[in-house]
Amino acid sequence: MMSNLTSTERARAMLITVAGVLIGLTMAAVGRNDPMGAHGWIVLLFCGVLFFLVAQTLYDAEPVEDRSTSYYDDPTKVGILLALFWAVVAMGMGVWVASQLAWPDLRFDAAWSSFGRIRPVHTSGVIFGFGGNALIATSYHIMQRTSRARMPDQVSPWFVLLGFNLFCVVAASGYLMGITQSKEYAEPEWYADLWLVIVWVVYFILYIRTLARRNEPHIYVANWYYLSFILVVAILHIVNNLAVPASFSGAKSYSAFAGVQDAMVQWWYGHNAVAFFLTTGFLGMLYYFLPKRAGRPIYSYRLSILSFWGIVFFYIWVGSHHLHYTALPQWVQTLGVTFSVMLLVPSWASAGNALMTLNGAWHKVRDDATLRFMMVAAVFYGLSTFEGSFMAIRPVNALSHYTDWTVGHVHSGAMGWVAMITFGSIYALTPMLWRRETMYSWKAVEWHFWLALSGTVIYIFAMWNSGITQGLMWRTYTESGTLRFSFVDTLIAMHPYYIARAFGGLLFFAGACICFWNVVMTIRRVPNHAPEADYPTIPEAMEPAVPAAE
Amino acid sequence: MLKTLLKPFARVFEFQAKTHYRMERHSMALTAGIILAAGVGGFVEIAPLFTIDETVEDVADMRVYTPLEQAGRDIYIREGCYACHSQMIRTLRDEVERYGPYSLAVESKYDHPMLWGSKRTGPDLARVGDKYSDDWQVRHLINPRDLVPQSVMPQYAFLQETPLRTDDLPGRLKALSMVGVPYTDDMIANAADDALGQARPDSDRASGVLDRYGEATAVRTFDGQSDRLTEMDALVAYLQILGNLTDVAQNTQLMTEE
Repeated sequence: MMSNLTSTERARAMLITVAGVLIGLTMAAVGRNDPMGAHGWIVLLFCGVLFFLVAQTLYDAEPVEDRSTSYYDDPTKVGILLALFWAVVAMGMGVWVASQLAWPDLRFDAAWSSFGRIRPVHTSGVIFGFGGNALIATSYHIMQRTSRARMPDQVSPWFVLLGFNLFCVVAASGYLMGITQSKEYAEPEWYADLWLVIVWVVYFILYIRTLARRNEPHIYVANWYYLSFILVVAILHIVNNLAVPASFSGAKSYSAFAGVQDAMVQWWYGHNAVAFFLTTGFLGMLYYFLPKRAGRPIYSYRLSILSFWGIVFFYIWVGSHHLHYTALPQWVQTLGVTFSVMLLVPSWASAGNALMTLNGAWHKVRDDATLRFMMVAAVFYGLSTFEGSFMAIRPVNALSHYTDWTVGHVHSGAMGWVAMITFGSIYALTPMLWRRETMYSWKAVEWHFWLALSGTVIYIFAMWNSGITQGLMWRTYTESGTLRFSFVDTLIAMHPYYIARAFGGLLFFAGACICFWNVVMTIRRVPNHAPEADYPTIPEAMEPAVPAAE
Repeated sequence: MLKTLLKPFARVFEFQAKTHYRMERHSMALTAGIILAAGVGGFVEIAPLFTIDETVEDVADMRVYTPLEQAGRDIYIREGCYACHSQMIRTLRDEVERYGPYSLAVESKYDHPMLWGSKRTGPDLARVGDKYSDDWQVRHLINPRDLVPQSVMPQYAFLQETPLRTDDLPGRLKALSMVGVPYTDDMIANAADDALGQARPDSDRASGVLDRYGEATAVRTFDGQSDRLTEMDALVAYLQILGNLTDVAQNTQLMTEE
């Protein structure tokens, strides 16, 4: 894989890894009295291994392939495998975390294995490890195809992909050591945050450079979504993570914001991580792989414009619905509800656009589990955005907030929408990328589909039950006007649902393991097969790069 | 019907479609459009929170965390307690009756970052201070199920064995003062001594804590071990101050009820 790099590129890659090794060494040295030192060694090891991987091929012959006649897919392949690796790790963590709530002694009585430390490993692992790698990998694939152009160079895509994974490794290992900012979904400390900014800027430049090379006058809608994902996540990440380190030789830092302002900034970030990390990027996937797999053009070009700008403009306002009835001023809460309700329009426009695209291809949905993954994802997208708008309404939120209903809602989006569209895309992408005839086992894809669907349904039903039960118990009064249930009473009522939830998660996790196995077997066992016309073409070529718009 | 209604706007739609058609040929036009569209909401909702004075109540008796309490807060964050415990009592009758007066913005004025939380797997802790004895808190943290058999909280027995690091406390207070917490130079310089003094009522360091943080500051051996300063001391000191940094919520909300 590295021998496809020219010797200049190899040298450049080695320089970058050497810089990484030096950074790791510095961190290990100055942070030797702090958990940051351990991170230094991790950085050192990560970059050291990469250094040797490149160094091995330093004196290999120059690559002979003609770069103008093919896309650059090596980073995409690695990205897909990394996404699946993180899926298995993080979903496994999820099952463990969930089980700890049902059986609290299910740990080794160690400091690192408490609920509070491994929960962020699950959330960050799934969102950034699985979701992020899948987004980066599919964006590499899609931006080249829809632009009919190869990526401009061969070092920056690796830098973005592996640099991002370094961030994920530092984040996950940090949580186990107790390194966290406590900002949900933005837990990594200052040096990891700074590193991510560098990676993200390179990612943006790479995307824009590829678009600039395109042989297609228009930028396809999937790219708009990926662009908004890259840009807005950068803004959110930088603002929410503004902090002053307690010392440059330690991990601890203090947020620049306090109290009510910090709460607003955090949930402006938190909810838009849902919007721009877990929605727009994955809508980009949907807008490319669903029409392709269905063999149908996108139903409506107008709807896609409407929903795109609607989502970009409305979503950013809604974070304050996480703070109803709190010390946040009422006017901000009211703005949050208003936009949350309006957000339903562009969200359903997207979901509807996806489902209407399937008109005329429903027989394929019946027969092809890959397409069915994408269809179910669009349905769950519609359902969970409806649920989200509903839960943002103040009286509903009074009941649902602080309970498992929120957790269930998140998972209906994360499992039902984000993971389903990703798995669908991975099944569509794998044979194409590795030039294979088909997936190794279509039966395994079916199994995965039904495990994932039943796991999701069990999970969200369990959480609806426990959330609404707990919310109602908290506010139940006796006839004499006193609170009827103690907090512990509600905890006892949760127990059966916590078991059901862990079981639902286990099914979903099993599906992800099957997917990983199936992809590996496809790479190893399925015969080669060259797809038609999967190379950069000039604009005069008759075939459109993507399914034509309305 | 719909068509006749929309007819006057036909030209607007036409214009929009044409503009967008041109815009999506330029990556930088899309970039600018996205930043602009996504920038408005955040700016309108966040910027005024820093400028409108009523956002945070003005309270004279609000005090900062002592170094020991701040160290405990850092442990609370390190262990991820916020994942299961909120520190925000909402303005709902049942919450006020269960947990106490609803939380005011000023009470988390010095919280960098805030720990309002998003999930109550365990109860709210905004006013847990002085609700239980130190001994109860220590025994509960060592093994929650000794005291509450149905609890699903993890055990934190190791805190009782882990010595508290105090050498980095001046740096921590300094960083906090840089982001707006009014720690004086005196407080920063004596942070390590004050942390020790707060958990050693008999030592000569104890008086410094009272001088710097007020006579009402709790100075006692929080973890029940007078011979050493542990992370348990810090965490329990923090838990016992929750809701007690100012009396404004109790005073104002009792008045309105009468």
